[in-house]
Amino acid sequence: MAAAILAMVPSYISRSVAGSYDNEAVAIFALVFTFYLYVKTLNTGSLFYATLNALSYFYMVCSWGGYTFIINLIPMHVLLCIVTGRYSSRLYIAYAPLVILGTLLAALVPVVGFNAVLTSEHFASFLVFIILHVVAFVYYIKGLLTPRLFKMAMTLVITVGLAVCFAVVAILVALVASSPTKGWSGRSLSLLDPTYASKYIPIIASVSEHQPPTWPSYFMDINVLAFLVPAGIISCFLPLSDASSFMVLYLVTAVYFSGVMVRLMLVLAPAACILSGIALSSAFDVLTRSMKFQLSKLFDDGPAISGNGSPNGSSASTVNTSSSKNEKTEKSEAAPKEKQSKKNRRKDKEVTESVSVKPKKEKRLSVLPLEASIVSTLLLIALGGFYVVHCVWAAAEAYSAPSIVLTSRSREGLHVFDDFREAYAWLSHNTDVDDKVASWWDYGYQTTAMANRTVIVDNNTWNNTHIATVGTAMSSPEKAAWEIFDSLDVKYVLVVFGGLVGYPSDDINKFLWMVRIGGGEFPHIKEPDYLRDGQYRVDAQATPTMLNCLMYKLCYYRFVETDGKGFDRVRGYEIGKKHFKLTHFEEVFTTHHWMVRIYKLKPQKNRIRGKLKKLKSSSKTSSTLAAGRKKNPWQ
Amino acid sequence: SKRSLNFVSSIGVTVFTKRVENAGSEPVSKVLLAFPNIQAKNLAAIRAFGTEGKVKGLSSVLPIEVVEPSGVPPELTFFSASLHKPLQKGKILHLDVLTVFTHFLQPFPEEITQADSQLVVFQDSSHYLSPYPVKVQTLSIRLPGGRVESYTKYGNTKLVDSELKYGPYEDVPPFSYNPIIVHFENNNPFAVAKELIREIEISHWGNVQITEHYNIVHGGARLKGEFSRLDYQSRPYARGVSSFRHLIARLPARAHSIYYRDEIGNISTSHLWSDSKKTQLEIEPRFPLFGGWQTTFTIGYGLPLQDFVFSADGKRFLNITFGSPMEEILIEKLIVKVVLPEGSKDIDVSAPFPTNQWQEVKYSHLDIAGRPVLVLEKPDVIPEHNLHFQVYYKFNNISLLIEPMMLITGFFLLFVACIAYMHTDMSISKNSPSYLAKLQWDEVQATVQQIQGIFHQCLAVHDKLETSLHDLSRTGDAKSCKAARKAADAQFKELAKELKPLLLSVQSSPQSYQIWPKLDDLVAKERELQDKLMARHATVVDSVEKKQRGQDIENRISSQQQKIAALRQEVESLLEYLSEI
Repeated sequence: MAAAILAMVPSYISRSVAGSYDNEAVAIFALVFTFYLYVKTLNTGSLFYATLNALSYFYMVCSWGGYTFIINLIPMHVLLCIVTGRYSSRLYIAYAPLVILGTLLAALVPVVGFNAVLTSEHFASFLVFIILHVVAFVYYIKGLLTPRLFKMAMTLVITVGLAVCFAVVAILVALVASSPTKGWSGRSLSLLDPTYASKYIPIIASVSEHQPPTWPSYFMDINVLAFLVPAGIISCFLPLSDASSFMVLYLVTAVYFSGVMVRLMLVLAPAACILSGIALSSAFDVLTRSMKFQLSKLFDDGPAISGNGSPNGSSASTVNTSSSKNEKTEKSEAAPKEKQSKKNRRKDKEVTESVSVKPKKEKRLSVLPLEASIVSTLLLIALGGFYVVHCVWAAAEAYSAPSIVLTSRSREGLHVFDDFREAYAWLSHNTDVDDKVASWWDYGYQTTAMANRTVIVDNNTWNNTHIATVGTAMSSPEKAAWEIFDSLDVKYVLVVFGGLVGYPSDDINKFLWMVRIGGGEFPHIKEPDYLRDGQYRVDAQATPTMLNCLMYKLCYYRFVETDGKGFDRVRGYEIGKKHFKLTHFEEVFTTHHWMVRIYKLKPQKNRIRGKLKKLKSSSKTSSTLAAGRKKNPWQ
Repeated sequence: SKRSLNFVSSIGVTVFTKRVENAGSEPVSKVLLAFPNIQAKNLAAIRAFGTEGKVKGLSSVLPIEVVEPSGVPPELTFFSASLHKPLQKGKILHLDVLTVFTHFLQPFPEEITQADSQLVVFQDSSHYLSPYPVKVQTLSIRLPGGRVESYTKYGNTKLVDSELKYGPYEDVPPFSYNPIIVHFENNNPFAVAKELIREIEISHWGNVQITEHYNIVHGGARLKGEFSRLDYQSRPYARGVSSFRHLIARLPARAHSIYYRDEIGNISTSHLWSDSKKTQLEIEPRFPLFGGWQTTFTIGYGLPLQDFVFSADGKRFLNITFGSPMEEILIEKLIVKVVLPEGSKDIDVSAPFPTNQWQEVKYSHLDIAGRPVLVLEKPDVIPEHNLHFQVYYKFNNISLLIEPMMLITGFFLLFVACIAYMHTDMSISKNSPSYLAKLQWDEVQATVQQIQGIFHQCLAVHDKLETSLHDLSRTGDAKSCKAARKAADAQFKELAKELKPLLLSVQSSPQSYQIWPKLDDLVAKERELQDKLMARHATVVDSVEKKQRGQDIENRISSQQQKIAALRQEVESLLEYLSEI
């Protein structure tokens, strides 16, 4: 059931388009597989599965940075088990090999390396590892000694153990406190403290996937599962086992993380699917069993009632709802006729029969009326059907269209906006192979793959300084930007502009992040210079810094000539500065709907000639800008 | 001699019409045609049609070859057209020569802005460069219309509409050369395919698949300065007149599965019209092409086999056009690859013009020997080269079945292997204790299953007894009830007999130590249950016969009743335990 639900959950489908997949798609498989093997080891206590578990953990480490989730969740569960007195040798087998083998294997992955033992993300696992050993030792001694001796030994062990623990914890705390970020990487910190990223690491906060999700996005991504999950939690608690407590813990942490970042909805999805699967299957179990029971009784009673014709017969069939009740009726009724009593006896036997087939469980279980169980079964099936419809819709509408080709429906039919590929094709065919292209990092991978050109920054946001440099250039005035780009050996600058057709995720809307990230590294970019009343505006009220920055100019160059007013359809107002000329850049290509505009840096020669004219009028001003450049021979 | 040049398209076409008179005494069998080396280098096609006598029509194609006669200037290249029959003295021959030159028009200026129109210049001689004396000759140049910047005035020169006329000049000596330059506007698409690879793949299952990889460049004046989309969109004819954005391909009729894509995916800007005679595909590259811009794309389509592959004299042949289906396109290097089905032999080609040829092998799915590929390469291909060529080959229809048969055999063998695997015992040692133990265990399990069956039968008999009691309570027929008990008794005995050897065999097996106690327990419990049931049955029947009241019967059997229920439950739980093993 859970597998069927997981197979079509929209949140997971969003990570793969038309058969090609993201690394997260692999990672979630590895994540769930690791958890499965952990639970399997916990249930069987087999060392074989424990080894497999460590291997699948290694696979997970290779595929995604989210492996820290595993290495924190499993220790949490182990701790929970120990605290609630559920320690067993199976728990030890499940956990100890995972920590040792898993950490060794994880250290093999180049990105992780020594981080596997050095950063705070992994400390929890080691701490729990120590605690587990202490507890195991206690249990071992308990088995060896008599209760009285045990008490003495217990106090000894606990004092020694606590002393050791405190010493270790103290060392750890000292180590951790010595580093500025407390040993946590920025990404983990932004998870623990949702406001951390927007304060200190704007580059993480700038990605729309790293924003906290909204309620509709929960409904979009996991749909009816959101309602089934609480039921699943309840049915997990009914017989609370190690595995089901793990599930609950997994769900609770995943819900928290998904609340911090939209992207981690991906981690929530499998947990929600599994719990909903549990909920659905136990609901169906109860309903179908009571239906089966009622039906079998109905068919057995049918001939008896018709043969008997007495009103008692019909009343017995309705009263007979549980075995205990049945006995009561039998005793209290003191049937006047022999026939009646025999029938009841037979019925009684029947009940005990069905009880004996499914021992224990059924005794506690109350049997629902037939009509109610049929109706609720149908309702559940309808709910499942609704989920399937929603998933198909989401896969078709929201996730199947590649974001690089946009479509809009109009009266004439489908209108295709293929501007991105138009621009990339132009770049790949009409620029030199060695030319470098500067754009905001969102388009980095696309440019590399589709245009086959070197980019300055791309979606690998590891190097924050480079991104900040491009952000600074975009938010600087033209001259300063030209110098930055020239120093980076950039030939072309690519901006995405949605103002003509109303494409909202364009560079002007992303501009605040360029300013913030740029300002984070280069203090001369100050965010308040671009803000009017705390808002980024490009209309008549915009600040002069805003209207003179490169991004504004590249986006709105000659834009006013399209309709005479310069009405921006995304922002919904007329732009502030309408007529201006570019001095250091020239437009070389603009796509059909103006969504991508490519500019070329004007060569140096032209610039100096322009300067020469100025030189004639005032020779003093030249020195500042020409200082870093080659001297003009005529100067 | 009359000469007309046509520059309406971007490729220069020249037609000479000559009247040749044999003024000598000997019959002449060859006519020499001379071109300067600069032009001959760019000569893409030359064709001559000769008509003897005065009547026009009935012209025949004359074979042409390059010759190097002695005593002529080295700057000239000579072609000789051989006549079908020698021209007698005083006879007159009408000779039409069609030549097509590429790169005849040079853009001048070489770089223009987006707003400029494209100007081209061409140089030639106003006199026809002939190795023979020419009595009267004229030259007319058809221009595409539009502005004419300048032209060399020489003698009798007229510009009427878009036609420039030189001459007539009389009595021109051989090899006279008088350079002229014409500079005019030409905004025709200068589409040049740097390279075109056409792959024609024949499948005898009924399809000819054609895939064409284009690398197209705008060969005209290069764009200089900015490209402004605004100007291009608001005034497309004034700003961007030198660019082109459509290409039209005329595909054969009944072309199907047409696609148009490039390396980053499908290109959505294309239109297709089709009727019974032709299929017209209008494609639009991702962006308009200005001078010097280039793009690559691929079009592909399938054609029905019977329209293009025929058989004759035990051989099959493919008859298909050589060049590109695009209109007005110059192909600098055309590579045609004909992929024949695997197993084709005796490959032979007949092309209407010389090409470089070689053979390759292509491997596709399930190929063993590979498919023979015939490659034809020709530089400077123009629409005039769009003639049919033939590839002859031998192919046996049986070869068609090789690949399906291979698949069928493969899967068959796989399944056979699976069946064999399932039926063979792969254990290494037949004597190892674990193997023996497993065998014994299997045996025990089988027996236990039989025992279970017997017990289930027993339970069924119990149920029968119950129903007989039930019937008794309704009908009061004690006799039939007794009969039922007798039958049940007989059945019990029979079952017990069956059970005995099975139990013994289980007991003797060393593997049964786990289940034996349970089994033993089960047997005892069941026996007890039987006894109790029979006893109760007897009591009830007796009391019914003695016409006792229901209440009394109830009292008498109530203790038995409870025990029976408990026993039955135990038996059933034991049975369940056994079935779980």
